[in-house]
Amino acid sequence: MLLIHVVVAILLTAGMFFMFIGAIGLLRFPDFYTRLHATGKCDTLGEGLIIVGLIIYHLFHYPRTPLVAVKLLLLIIFIFIANPTAIHAIVKAAYRRGLKPWKWGEERR
Amino acid sequence: MNRGEKGFGIVVTFCTTFLFWLILSGFFDAFHLIMGGICSAIVTFISHGLLVKGKGKKMLPKSLRFLLYIPWELWQIVLANVDVAYRVLHPKMPIDPLIIEFETSLRGDFAFVTLANSITLTPGTITIFVEPEKGKFWVHALAKEHAQAHLVDKTMQRKVADVFMEW
Repeated sequence: MLLIHVVVAILLTAGMFFMFIGAIGLLRFPDFYTRLHATGKCDTLGEGLIIVGLIIYHLFHYPRTPLVAVKLLLLIIFIFIANPTAIHAIVKAAYRRGLKPWKWGEERR
Repeated sequence: MNRGEKGFGIVVTFCTTFLFWLILSGFFDAFHLIMGGICSAIVTFISHGLLVKGKGKKMLPKSLRFLLYIPWELWQIVLANVDVAYRVLHPKMPIDPLIIEFETSLRGDFAFVTLANSITLTPGTITIFVEPEKGKFWVHALAKEHAQAHLVDKTMQRKVADVFMEW
């Protein structure tokens, strides 16, 4: 039981770490497109890791309701499909609008 | 779309929606099963042409290859996150964004979606735009190394083309 707790704690911490990195990237990166790099990727993996941790915790503490774990798994699948699609839609809208990407040496926006 | 293809679409849509109902409801008594069946039938009646457009060629090998592609893609996502974390936390922020474009041999809708989403999730690249006629992709890359992966290396394009057998 202790080993499971360690594994779950590692997964949750790693997930939170990546979400945190996403937030820092959002603040540090210079323009719209690069900020989406940070938030988009880190949020996807961070949420995925956190939910995997929750699945393991749930399966070992409440083995009578495995359907909850299946629902969480479905959440991961939908996040992994919806997140990149949403990023792509946002970037495409910005590019169509004529927003110029930041180049090395320019001032941050 | 001929009759067999339409029937195939209806069966797949009904099974998917009914399975989804079973997982989300969690009740397996007669009342809930019948309700689920009715709801799935209505949804299938309205939207069977949306999910499955005809019976594609070689569906089974493509699905199997897709399942084999997922672990590689997950590993790429982990690499992408470590890379972005390094660039975010580095004091000098080693980024040099550029936009690249390249053509691929892909033509199918699913292949486009898979490659575009894979590009967005893997190291330092986001798909901006896809032109379906020529299979052309516009990609925003965070640094030159990431652009090289798509212009020179082309591992991901080859893998997706393998999955959907569109060389």
